[in-house]
Amino acid sequence: MTLLTMAKALNAGLRRALEADPKVVIAGEDVGKLGGVFRVTEGLQKDFGEHRVIDSPLAESGIVGTAVGMALRGYRPVCEIQFDGFVYPAFNQIVSQVSRLHYRSRGLLRMPIVIRIPYGGGIGAVEHHSESPEAYFCHTQGLKVVTCSNPVDAYWMIQQAVASDDPIIFFEPKRRYHERAEVDESVTPAPLHSGRVVRGGTDVTLIAYGPMVKTCLDAADAAAEEGHDLEVIDLRTLSPLDMTVVFESVQKTGRVVTVHEAQLNLGLGAELAARITEQCFYSLEAPVLRVAGFDVPYPPSRVEEDYLPDLDRVLDMVDRSLAY
Amino acid sequence: MSDASGASGEVELVQLLTPEGERLEHPEYSFSGGDDQIKSFYRDMVLTRRVDSEATALQRQGELGLWASCLGQEAAQVGSGHALGKQDFVFPTYREHGVAWCLGVDPLQLLALFRGVDLGGWDSQKYRFHLYTIVIGAQMLHATGYAMGVERDGLVGTGDPDRDMAVVGYFGDGATSQGDVNEAFIFASSYNAPIVFFCQNNQWAISEPIERQSRIPLYRRASGFGFPGVRVDGNDVLAVYAATTAALERARTGSGPSLIEAYTYRMGAHTTSDDPTKYRLADELEHWRLKDPIERVRAYLNRSGSGDEAFFADVEDEASDCAADLRARCLALPDPKLLDFFDYVYAEQTSYLEEQKANYAEYLATFEDMNHEPAEEVRQAEPAYGGGV
Repeated sequence: MTLLTMAKALNAGLRRALEADPKVVIAGEDVGKLGGVFRVTEGLQKDFGEHRVIDSPLAESGIVGTAVGMALRGYRPVCEIQFDGFVYPAFNQIVSQVSRLHYRSRGLLRMPIVIRIPYGGGIGAVEHHSESPEAYFCHTQGLKVVTCSNPVDAYWMIQQAVASDDPIIFFEPKRRYHERAEVDESVTPAPLHSGRVVRGGTDVTLIAYGPMVKTCLDAADAAAEEGHDLEVIDLRTLSPLDMTVVFESVQKTGRVVTVHEAQLNLGLGAELAARITEQCFYSLEAPVLRVAGFDVPYPPSRVEEDYLPDLDRVLDMVDRSLAY
Repeated sequence: MSDASGASGEVELVQLLTPEGERLEHPEYSFSGGDDQIKSFYRDMVLTRRVDSEATALQRQGELGLWASCLGQEAAQVGSGHALGKQDFVFPTYREHGVAWCLGVDPLQLLALFRGVDLGGWDSQKYRFHLYTIVIGAQMLHATGYAMGVERDGLVGTGDPDRDMAVVGYFGDGATSQGDVNEAFIFASSYNAPIVFFCQNNQWAISEPIERQSRIPLYRRASGFGFPGVRVDGNDVLAVYAATTAALERARTGSGPSLIEAYTYRMGAHTTSDDPTKYRLADELEHWRLKDPIERVRAYLNRSGSGDEAFFADVEDEASDCAADLRARCLALPDPKLLDFFDYVYAEQTSYLEEQKANYAEYLATFEDMNHEPAEEVRQAEPAYGGGV
């Protein structure tokens, strides 16, 4: 057992991945000597060399596009996109190339590429540094999308993502980088594409992922004081979704509130609501309700706390659900 | 065309064979092969043109959805294709039919993409020829990354001709405006990657002339990125072969990337959906017709006596047979089944897609029962149609 921050847990996981397979390489802006702007790759270039931990020219499409070529050559690149808002220059390579080469070649070609993206707000950042673009990638067939909410998952999920033969967009909630937890390296981790009930309850199911898991756990604590027993699900995998854990919970509670930072319109909450309605219609006591970022571009940081779903907005929606 | 920019004008280019079929000396580049090799260039150029014209005909007859002709670019493609060593790896655009031919890719596989029966998924490792890339310029980053991998594999500069390898990325004049091409130049230069950037400047990006893409000759862009560039007569198969051979050798020995601008002309339309009469003049086409890449080799072989009438007739016969065979096999290509495509999305299938596939199969099965009204015994024999469910 080691007490690690999420950033350190990711660092340890990447170190294991580099040790486990000599074909694993890391590429990105400032990932070498600096160790990345969040220090997630700190010390890795010193220990594994410049050929495996590659400081890239400042060009996101180039980082991902050359990763495609390296993957075709048998490497397993882990790309770091410095901030969520900087992934769009690489969007063409991700959507039109990374996601499709397995499909076009009917499985002859594989794209074992991980694209790490620090995402979400809450750190008082300037424009383009607080976005939640996960829905774009979930909507792209051929990609898989996951996000960790805590140091333990971070440690295991990054290793599982690197070992996957499918391309994985790996979202890291940057406001949680410095939260700590005990990481036990001796346990067997859950499969990468599985969700998890992180708090059991009977009255309402909260479905969250990444940075909002902690918000929902805090909300569940507060609700307990008012006599409401909330269940909290950490999705962990956004594409494919693990609906088994969701359906089981909904059939028990009959009430669901989805929570994400990303804007409401066509966000993950919409897909969750549709699938829950299709599969659990007769179990529902209330419509599936959604808490999300408002449908405005991410606001200036002085008002981001008003924009981001917080404990009060989650509890307000829980009350509405219970009122049906 | 305007020559104010120099992008299209008569700046110095490497030429070893004139349009009249006369051999030239060049201080830096030479062709040391014999006439037998030139005859093999001739054969492959004629066959490439014949495959290309058959594909255009098939499109006109409704058998292909689209075709991107390489008419006029045979020397650029066959010359560079022949220069490839047996380890070298190619990243093409969607028009490199001549390079594909040189690497042994069955033209049927190219036609399958344009017929819409598959997505051009040939065995790229076997042919050392990556899938056609349709989004302009994207493949140049793949080529550069592949070359970075080759360098990490220790296959550069060993001095062992059975080990050292290089990568060729093909692109066009229009692609030079793309960010991905410029990023590829930067990455390759920064990491000294073993790559040859092979630009076929065919003067036109659909309707836009080269002046819209560049104010300077394209090969000069290389110096801004820190590696050498050269313009060759792209309709001169000997010059293309010589320049590509030198650039590949440079890459394999660890001296890094270089740019070749093969100055050529797209004699046909951009694709079969295009109408070049709307944007370019017939006399420009006539001007380039006099520089035909195949005619000048034929003139040379006639002049040198290496190619007699029997040789030329044999090549023509082979081309006709190849085209007839290709046509027959193209028409026989079976349509794919959408159901199968659910299995190609991921290396590790998801239960979600499995379920969607099964539901679709079940849906299809309902039509099967209605439309065919099969005899009882047939229904018994194939109870699980759309099955696998």
